[in-house]
Amino acid sequence: MIMFQADEISVRFGGIRAVDSVSFNVHKGEVFSIIGPNGAGKTTIFNLISRIYSSTSGKLIFEGKDFTRTPAWQIASLGIARTFQNIELFPNATLLENLLIGRHCHSRVGIVSELGFLPSVRKAELRHREKVEDIIAFLGLERYRDSLIANLPYGVRKVVELGRALCVEPKLLLLDEPSSGLNVEETEGMGFWIEDIKKDLGITVIMVEHDMALVNQVSDRVMALNYGKVIAMGTPQAVQSHPEVVKAYLGGEVESAA
Amino acid sequence: MRYLFRTQYQQDIALWRHNGDRFWYGLLALAVLLAPAVLGEFYIGELGGVFIFAIAGVGLMLLVGYTGLISLGHAAFLGIGAYVNAVLLAQGVPFLITLPVAGIFTALCGAAIGRPTLRMSGLYLAIATLAFGSIVGTVFQKWTAVTGGFDGFAVPTPYIFGIGIEGATGIYYISLVVLVLVLLVSANLLRSPTGRAMVAIRDSEVSAQSMGIHLARYKTLAFAISAGVTGLAGALFAHYVRYLAPDAFDVLLSVQFLTIVFVGGLGSLRGAILGAMFVRLLPQFIAVVRDDLPFGIGRLPGLEPSLFGLSLVLVILFQPAGLNGMWLKAKQWFQAFPFKRQTSFRRQKSYARSERLR
Repeated sequence: MIMFQADEISVRFGGIRAVDSVSFNVHKGEVFSIIGPNGAGKTTIFNLISRIYSSTSGKLIFEGKDFTRTPAWQIASLGIARTFQNIELFPNATLLENLLIGRHCHSRVGIVSELGFLPSVRKAELRHREKVEDIIAFLGLERYRDSLIANLPYGVRKVVELGRALCVEPKLLLLDEPSSGLNVEETEGMGFWIEDIKKDLGITVIMVEHDMALVNQVSDRVMALNYGKVIAMGTPQAVQSHPEVVKAYLGGEVESAA
Repeated sequence: MRYLFRTQYQQDIALWRHNGDRFWYGLLALAVLLAPAVLGEFYIGELGGVFIFAIAGVGLMLLVGYTGLISLGHAAFLGIGAYVNAVLLAQGVPFLITLPVAGIFTALCGAAIGRPTLRMSGLYLAIATLAFGSIVGTVFQKWTAVTGGFDGFAVPTPYIFGIGIEGATGIYYISLVVLVLVLLVSANLLRSPTGRAMVAIRDSEVSAQSMGIHLARYKTLAFAISAGVTGLAGALFAHYVRYLAPDAFDVLLSVQFLTIVFVGGLGSLRGAILGAMFVRLLPQFIAVVRDDLPFGIGRLPGLEPSLFGLSLVLVILFQPAGLNGMWLKAKQWFQAFPFKRQTSFRRQKSYARSERLR
């Protein structure tokens, strides 16, 4: 079953076609990876999906609904959450507060009841807190609960950002280079969590990733991009041995690369 | 050292973390309630001024310290609150109505300035709010039919249930009540989704948006609430000075408010109160010790502004967390006694900086 569909989306920054009529489908329950050399347009696709950028042409469809023109702040309530390549947490807030902000799209209390902290707000807060605790337990973040993000090591922050995205209770999770800046062990851990997210939480994942070991470990399908264009799509093995992909990574002629 | 063992989620959202908090805040409440019986008229008047500035400081803190937006126009909001309150009182409207109306009207003005400045931040926002402040100041001067212009405006005595609020003690108590209410409401706001959304906007707009936070709505809301609280302070300020003159609400006052927020410590309600104490009491302190200072320093002109400037520079250089930071350090020193180390308060350096999408 197709959950997410990008239909010929393009975006241009001045004369550069960062993404050039890219189409792909993501099935429910799969891990779909996007690979490609630097500047291929991978993160730009994520920014298009989370509506930070507006596409010049093309359509984005999620669960049969066209969201090409939905404002960025409504994307979370559609059920799409994301992480960022360079970690965009809220550094001067505690881990708990960061995860609670992830619950924001589920809060339905009015400003007046908030000012008085009425029982309805109290009840909602406790419910959110419980949900957040589930995620903390899932990712094993208990010991950092009250730490400021600014005081946490990079590897932990990466996990916290994953946790914050999970707090949105998304149907579709966009992971932008989940292993960047992590050591080998942490990358392995990240791989296990992505598998758990897929199997236990049943969340569909689109992932931008450079680490091929991680891509092979978790992905069902892979799409390779170069200069904003799709050059290959299929199983991880098929894509990696695709001559165009080899050429994009190693440069030069296909023959000389092989 | 106290270690909080939490067994319920309730404890995470409680206003008081433990009984120690309740005890000390209770003691503080008792002290401020009984102060007028002990202290003289002069000191009560000064404390009333501290309370009013603390209310405005809390208002600005919500905007600057928690939402990360700057304003150089908060004196205008104070003025709007003051004039709305005074003009309505002169029309015979009871004080219990004029006070909230002053707050609500100022909040609407805040939303009106917040809305068009949504895309601005930093210096640009500072300039825009500065311009707003000077426009409002001109309105106070020129709209003589309502404000009385430079002739001034005598503020009528407020009555609550027929009891006149007069003298330093009356202002002291009414300001205290409003300050406590404002603090309570702000603390409530900060522990609910809106408060967290404000912090999120301060720290990273792009990820706040991705988490479902409507930037325009929350920035406007932050401006409105901040202005509204400052408007309440303005209404009380009108009674504090008893005679409104348009040049009282100039940019220097706005800078004083920012000093409250910065010296007090960004991102802390306690900081707003400590900052207000600093800003209101430093001039009094100078006045008291002026004659005893050696080498005639006390007779130098411009002693007060230069001390303000000096302390602002010192705070920014050596104590970015402000008076609140000092307070927390002192507290920790006592809690950890005698195990304090040089590095205890040093913040871990972080080398990973994120590139912002703009």
